[in-house]
This record gives sequence, C-alpha cells and structure tokens, in this order.
Amino acid sequence: MLDFGVVVANFKFLIVQGLFGVGSFGGGTLRLAIPAIVLGFSIGVFVGLARLARARWISVPATLYVEFIRGVPLVMVIFWIWFIIPQLLKLPIPEYGVALTAFVIFEAAYFGEIVRAGIQSVPRGQVEAATAVGLTFAQTMRFVVLPQAIRNMVPALVTQMIVLFKDTSLASIIGYVDLTKAAQIVNNREIKPFELYLFIAVVYFIFTYSMSLFARRFERRLAS
Amino acid sequence: MNYQFNWSVLWSGQSGGWLLHGLLLTLAISVLAWVLAAVLGIVSGAMRTVPWKPLRVIATFYVEFFRNVPLLVWMFFWYFGVPPLLPRVVQDWLFNHSAEFWAGMFALGVYHGARMSEIIRAGILSIPRTQFEAAVAMGLTTFQVYRLIIVPIALRLIVPPATNDSLNLLKNSSVALTISVAELTFQARQVETYTAKAIEALTAGTVIYLVLCLGIAAIMTRVERRFAIPGLIARGG
Repeated sequence: MLDFGVVVANFKFLIVQGLFGVGSFGGGTLRLAIPAIVLGFSIGVFVGLARLARARWISVPATLYVEFIRGVPLVMVIFWIWFIIPQLLKLPIPEYGVALTAFVIFEAAYFGEIVRAGIQSVPRGQVEAATAVGLTFAQTMRFVVLPQAIRNMVPALVTQMIVLFKDTSLASIIGYVDLTKAAQIVNNREIKPFELYLFIAVVYFIFTYSMSLFARRFERRLAS
Repeated sequence: MNYQFNWSVLWSGQSGGWLLHGLLLTLAISVLAWVLAAVLGIVSGAMRTVPWKPLRVIATFYVEFFRNVPLLVWMFFWYFGVPPLLPRVVQDWLFNHSAEFWAGMFALGVYHGARMSEIIRAGILSIPRTQFEAAVAMGLTTFQVYRLIIVPIALRLIVPPATNDSLNLLKNSSVALTISVAELTFQARQVETYTAKAIEALTAGTVIYLVLCLGIAAIMTRVERRFAIPGLIARGG
C-alpha cells in the first residue's frame, strides 16, 4: 500500500527546487533560511544592545518591540507583512521579500533576547576594567564584552537557528515554494501524502539534528 | 498611504462572532493539545532518565524526531498522511467529527510533548541523585520512586520553562489554520476577506493573542512563586 517510489520519482523536484530553490519557481528553504538567520542575528545584536542601553528612549522601544513580538504567533506576523507592505509601498512584493521581512522582524526579537542574556552573563568587572584602561563604550563592546558574550550564547543561538529553520516552512502559507510547498505540489498530483510528508520530515530532521549535534559538541568543548 | 480606517467592521456584521468563535477554538485546541503534551512529556521525560536503556532509546527517538521537524509538516502528516491508513470505520468517524481539529490537536500535542519532555528531563536531572537513592533505600520500586518523589519535585522545578513553552503551544496553534481549523488567525483572515479591512482585522487578532499571552504570563508568575520549592529557586518566596 505504501509506495516510496513516489519520493524517488520526484526527488529532484523536492530537493533541487524545494530545498535549494533552483528551478522555475524560485523559492527554496535554504535560500530563505540562510539570509533570515544572518540578518535576524545581525539585527538581533542591536536589539539586545538596545535593551541594555542606559538611555530610556532606546531601551523602552526595544523592550516593547521584543515583548510585542514574543506575544504574537509568527503566522500573524507573516500576514501583517503580507497585507501591510504592499499597502505602504503601493507595489506588489514577491513572496520571498514578504517571507524574509517577516522572519527577520520576528526572529530578531528572539535573537535579541539571547544576545541580552549573553551580554549580561559577562561579569561587570570586565566592563569596569575596560573603561579604566580607557576604552570607549564601542571599543569595550567590540573587544571585551561581545567576544565573551558570543561564546556563552552559542548553544542558545544554535537552538534558535534550528527554530528559525523549521519556521521557514510557514512561508509556504503565502505561496513561497519551499520544501513543504514542493511536497504539497507533488502531493496534489500524486496523492501520496504519507510518503511525501514523511520524506520531507526526514530531510528537515537531517538538517536540524546535525545543527543540534554541533551545538552539543561545542558546549562540551566549552565545558572542558 | 491613504488607507481609510473603519474599525466598526470588527463589531458590525458577523465579524465579532467569528473572532469569538476563533478565540474559543484556539483555546479548545490548545488546552486539549496541552494535556496531551503534558502526558507525553512527563512519561517520555521520565523514561529518558530511567536506568534501563531500551526505554531511554525509545523516548530519545520520539523527542529528537518530533521536535526537530516543523510543526507545519506534522500538521500535514497527521491530517493528510495518516487517516487514509486507518480502518474504514475510524476514517468515517473522523471525517464526520471535524477531522482537521483532531489532526491539528494531535500534531500540536505530539510536537509540544517532545519539547515538554526536554524540559521535564532537565528538571529531573537537576534533582540531587541522593533523593533517588534515599527513596530506593526506603524500599520503593523504581516506578514508585518516579511517581511519588521524582516527578512531583521535577514538576515544581520546571514551572517557569513549562509556562514559556505552553505559551509557545498557544501561539503555535495558529499553524492549524493551514489544515483549515477555524481558529483565531483563520477567523481574523476571514474578517479581512469579507470586509477588505486588513489592518483592522489583523489588529483584532493580534490584540487577542497579546492579551492571552501576557495575561497567562502574569498569572503564571504568581503560580510560579507559589510552587517554588523554598531554598531551591532563588526567585521563590
């Protein structure tokens, strides 16, 4: 009854189109996930720093942004961007732009929390010593605090990257052809949902599990 | 941007009723999925710490496989993939009793059960081993040790992270709209479709989620303080 031949027959479409985004549909899980991780983390660093800023006009908006995003489902944020950006810019935005914007806005809040916790894990004395040596605030951050903080953050950061990688499947809701959407497209023709969805589950698993193995090894190396 | 705001679309016509139904369905699917997740999480979390390897292997497989695959894929898997393999009678029953709700609830519960399991395992591992040894010395069987000593203490230790993940479960229930469960996000989109007022409709949905999440978080801060074990958690008391 089960027929995994359907996976073999459509392997190229699922992997080349769905996972890597090479083909007539554009799309691609990795083409979305990698920029989203890089941009989300980069902006997250600023969000984390902003939450710790002494100036209230910086820290209060950053806190509100983080609390707001953390209280709302990602699906909601995707719909917001999908409806609002075309209204604001008065031009249609491709699904890729909508999805990437939504992920960056959403994940930057979570990355920001991790960065904040990481920075707070660096002992205060370090900052005081750096200031005493005559470093400016930016230099203190760049040379003393962030290098140590980032090392403490790695396990939580990798976990969040795994979450983001899984979340990219939600881009299929607005029609972006990622791995999940590719499986849906194939399933519409072949009607083999069990085999197809189980297969993409395994593909996602291979990526996320290797990321978590990396995180675990890194953690062990830090501990020793 | 010249957008004409018209907030009255939210309470005129059917919109209000739709949103209310969406909210109730979101709560229903989340509560049922939460119960399933809690049971699966406690059982598999405890199994991962027992001194018998086969149980640990089964539980580890469940946790790693289910939490490392997107929830959306699980929704499709349980809704489209599994029912055709079930016996005819069960299929008929399901499709006469909103199959999408049960599939969505099951997907959400099994997925979050795996995440809850990690939290419970961490809670159990943070209990000093001497507790376990003392209980065994008193003559309790392994099962009794878990049921009477380890699990109750672990549950009190994990209230903060478990709350956090329960709120994730509530927010993740919005993914069920992809298999047409008419929950809150689904209904907010329906209001948008019927009134063509995107900002108003999405604001209504967003505000409801925010109130739910912040409200539950506020209540749980109190509960957390009540269940904290004195002397073990710095924040307690």
